[in-house]
Amino acid sequence: MAQHQTHSHDEHESHGSLKSYVIGFVLSLILTAIPLIFVLNDIVEGTAANVVLLVTAVLQFVVQLFFFMHLKEEKKPRWNLMALILGLVIVLVIVIGSIWIMGNNEVYQ
Amino acid sequence: MSHNANHAVSHGHGHDHDHGHDGHHNMEALRQMGFWLFLITDCILFGTLFATYLVLHNNTAGGPTASELFEMPGVIAETFILLTSSFTSGLAVLCMHKGNKNGLIGWLIVTIILGASFVTLEISEFLTMIDEGAKISTSAFLSSFYTLVGTHGLHVSVGLVWMIALIVQIARRGITPVTTRKVNIISLYWHFLDVVWIFVFTIVYMMGVM
Repeated sequence: MAQHQTHSHDEHESHGSLKSYVIGFVLSLILTAIPLIFVLNDIVEGTAANVVLLVTAVLQFVVQLFFFMHLKEEKKPRWNLMALILGLVIVLVIVIGSIWIMGNNEVYQ
Repeated sequence: MSHNANHAVSHGHGHDHDHGHDGHHNMEALRQMGFWLFLITDCILFGTLFATYLVLHNNTAGGPTASELFEMPGVIAETFILLTSSFTSGLAVLCMHKGNKNGLIGWLIVTIILGASFVTLEISEFLTMIDEGAKISTSAFLSSFYTLVGTHGLHVSVGLVWMIALIVQIARRGITPVTTRKVNIISLYWHFLDVVWIFVFTIVYMMGVM
């Protein structure tokens, strides 16, 4: 019986619960609604709008990772998390590097 | 010779893992991690497409610009549809872990319907744009736009076919360690596509119409 309890507890930990999915979904909806309300109604403009957009997008990424993809519940050693961080570093270098280099291209031509 | 030795070692290792009750589970967990690594590489693929779009999005070559072209109501609908389908694919996984086969298949079907409406909306959006003269060959902006958004749409379409095949397999074989791993993997894939769409929505559409 005790073993069964532990087993179901393990299952619960690594696959999330209905509660965590619902919380994740509601947070995602809110984080999608915020940029829509703020930007389409011109409450924020220019740089501030870009910041609102990017922050809500990144927060939503985090919500999906934690509530839907169960990254938080991964056991040590956290290979999945490490692989993800490596991937994100590569993506950021590619994206920011491209913008930087190509931006300079336009300046010097 | 050294290759042979390596082979023997790796074989011995695998044999070790296959021993006992946990062996099978470990193998499935390892396969799941392999899929995670694929998702990371896919992430890099989308990263390069985003970089291309960000560099080229002002080069409209006299053609239509982002703010002239994008129809936000359709895009907002697509966003909420995909978000909901990400949630329903999670509900499918929950049903699976409760051993509820019909619930699992039911939520997968709901996910497929939502995914199919997403793809339909996206295709009709593309067709409207092409009608307005915004073809992939019109400008660098549109080339990078169709490549980025189209690659995402293609991923969703592949996921739909995959999910249909998986439903057939679950209906025939039930919830086994293998189908469990496959459902876990496809739900990861689906959440990943939702994450990519959030950035498409933010960077391409929202920043485009701003």
